[in-house]
Amino acid sequence: MTESSLNAFKGTIAQERKLKDVIAKHKDMPGALLPVLQEAQDIYGYLPIEVQQMVADGLGISLSEVYGVATFYSQFSLTPKGEHRISVCLGTACYVKGADKILAAIEEKLGIKSGECTPDGLFSIDSCRCVGACGLAPVMMVDDEVYGKMTPDQVDKILDKYIKKGGK
Amino acid sequence: MKLEELNKIKKEHEQIVKVRKIVASEGEKLAKKTGYRKQVLVCGGTGCTSSGSKKVIEALEKSLKANGLEKEILVVRTGCFGLCSLGPIMIVYPEGAFYSQATPEGVERIVKEHLKEGKIVKELLYEETVHEDGSIISLSETAFYKKQLRVALRNCGVIDPENIDEYIAVDGYQALAKVLTKMTPDDVINEITASGLRGRGGGGFPTGRKWSFAKASVNDVKYVCCNADEGDPGAFMDRSILEGDPQCIIEAMIIAGYAIGAHHGFVYIRAEYPIAVQRLQKAIDQAKEYGFLGKNIFGSGFDFDMEIRLGAGAFVCGEETALMTSIEGNRGEPRPRPPFPAVKGLFGKPTVLNNVETYANIAQIILNGSKWFTSMGTPKSPGTKVFALGGKITNVGLVEIPMGTTLREIVEEIGGGIPNGKKFKAAQTGGPSGGCIPALHIDTPIDYDSLLALGSMMGSGGMIILDEDTCMVDIAKFYLEFTVDESCGKCTPCRVGTRRLLQFLDKITSGKGEMEDLEKIDELARHMQTSSLCALGQTAPNPVLSTMNYFKDEYIAHIKDKTCPAGVCKALMKYEIIPAKCKGCTLCARNCPVGAISGTVKQPHVINQDKCIKCGLCMKNCKFGAIYTH
Repeated sequence: MTESSLNAFKGTIAQERKLKDVIAKHKDMPGALLPVLQEAQDIYGYLPIEVQQMVADGLGISLSEVYGVATFYSQFSLTPKGEHRISVCLGTACYVKGADKILAAIEEKLGIKSGECTPDGLFSIDSCRCVGACGLAPVMMVDDEVYGKMTPDQVDKILDKYIKKGGK
Repeated sequence: MKLEELNKIKKEHEQIVKVRKIVASEGEKLAKKTGYRKQVLVCGGTGCTSSGSKKVIEALEKSLKANGLEKEILVVRTGCFGLCSLGPIMIVYPEGAFYSQATPEGVERIVKEHLKEGKIVKELLYEETVHEDGSIISLSETAFYKKQLRVALRNCGVIDPENIDEYIAVDGYQALAKVLTKMTPDDVINEITASGLRGRGGGGFPTGRKWSFAKASVNDVKYVCCNADEGDPGAFMDRSILEGDPQCIIEAMIIAGYAIGAHHGFVYIRAEYPIAVQRLQKAIDQAKEYGFLGKNIFGSGFDFDMEIRLGAGAFVCGEETALMTSIEGNRGEPRPRPPFPAVKGLFGKPTVLNNVETYANIAQIILNGSKWFTSMGTPKSPGTKVFALGGKITNVGLVEIPMGTTLREIVEEIGGGIPNGKKFKAAQTGGPSGGCIPALHIDTPIDYDSLLALGSMMGSGGMIILDEDTCMVDIAKFYLEFTVDESCGKCTPCRVGTRRLLQFLDKITSGKGEMEDLEKIDELARHMQTSSLCALGQTAPNPVLSTMNYFKDEYIAHIKDKTCPAGVCKALMKYEIIPAKCKGCTLCARNCPVGAISGTVKQPHVINQDKCIKCGLCMKNCKFGAIYTH
């Protein structure tokens, strides 16, 4: 199987219907593109070119305009994310308390770099700028769970918890 | 909503909130009148939620039920108290007992011993609030709170942010009523101008003047915007205000709308702040239900409505023109000014844009008058400023101080000093746009102008404390990496300039720097300051210039001596073996992944510096402490 067919877009009818509802709801609102893309990403988990095309058609704007916005903001991802999304805060408060070492430990454990997804699709790593929990620096998040006052040697134990849970 | 109705709600709820504000002995009498013997306030801000306050609240409610106390004890989930490093925080009134780092297990004890039997659980209290003789001092007397003055944060940690009645109980919407029934738009602008309030987002532009420009622009449609896209990493003032007191922002935006003649408002807020977004939306819904938003507010004939727009993670959108371009649904790129937003802003219409903290001051200025406001702070920077205190400091958290408070008071008294007996090195303010204040200037009173004079800036209020273990070149590099990432790419000085600056710093921190690089950095930085399109590019060199100015010796050490004095820059670190301590056990040599250590058994070993990759494995494995770095 080639890489492109592995990552081929697989949308369901239900997802498409949801997206159409979102577009219809926002169509006449000024500045609709951002909220529509945000909701589209909630529906699909990421914004593949096929979804961007649907948004462009639905809002009556060009694909290049949609692509321009989708690639401008860090919130939007054009590639799929892992089932568990790890984000390591690299805000200043976390950085001065050694957040880079936490990130390195996670990268080493999973064998991928920040911004990438593990081959089995279980984890993806991102760095983020300040989750606002500076009192707990350094901080990492797995999905919605916040882990504060981290040290590099805690990484193993925390990630193993998710590995044991396994995929869906 | 009529004024009489507003006052009725206020009267109904006033006493409940008052219990949290007055001294214990009087509070007890008052508590009896409210129907609740005691009130337990638990912080539900992001910091405390991250450290588990949700579980604490669940345990509290469960335990109260199990003990049959749920009807006589009121549980309130509030916004931020400020002492984030001690979270989750829990306060019991009328005593004002301040429990820190609360746990579900601790809560069981507190319910049983304190709430049921009336004996405060002293071991679980924040230690600063317990005297040596065992008596309890009130929170406002502790070092952390004593020098603070809470204006913008006045309701954070006091009221339930999801209950509009509690906001009304603390004079909420009285300012709006006053404005709409007794003042003309010009009166409002004059009062704000006279207060000398300056933009709390960082620039420090006088708010009253901004409003008067927008009022003077003639147009059928105008807008009021709130900048809640707090992008400075390490700053969380605006988030805390929105989480703790969202109604005060709504009230201020309606007042601004009345002053300039706008009927619609937008709050542009980071999507990364889910709790703040949800509370603000709830607050907007409640304000609509009560008739503070909508048509004919207070029967004045004035209409105002507002909505939330979520940011999507772009630091540049904190710049006013970029923020508006983003609300319009485009790539958030800035545009040249003039025309200024007051003339041509959102959707091409005259627009007022203020930051969250600026709005948080408005209602108080209207109610108490501009004279009250100018009585605080310094003549050129009246009022207070909220700082998010972080980094190498004991009391990490949110503090609000009168302008003119010295850095020393913030670090040593409010912040509780530097942990682990380390020395204060510098305070970084203004984030990626600011600079640092070195120990030499620790007695500088903090206001807009004094910070600018030191080559830093107020910024939105992030204050990161750095100790002797911090490498200043590395910190400058950290901020440059940030601005390289966040530069929108529209103008060349910023897009290329930030990258070139980072290359210089990379070169220096990897031991390849030359002295002439410093001159090149300086020249490039000056060009960026004068020719970038927006503040992001204009201020991006500040972290480098400021650290070069105050810590030039560190730069020179990296370049000439190829050492990092703070021991941070890995490429410049050297691992060496102390022959006197080395027993020749060969453990290090066997573990070295690149075979850089040689020596014979029972003889001192040597590290070949050319081969060493500075992984640190040898030092980790040595049982005799014979390996050190420098």
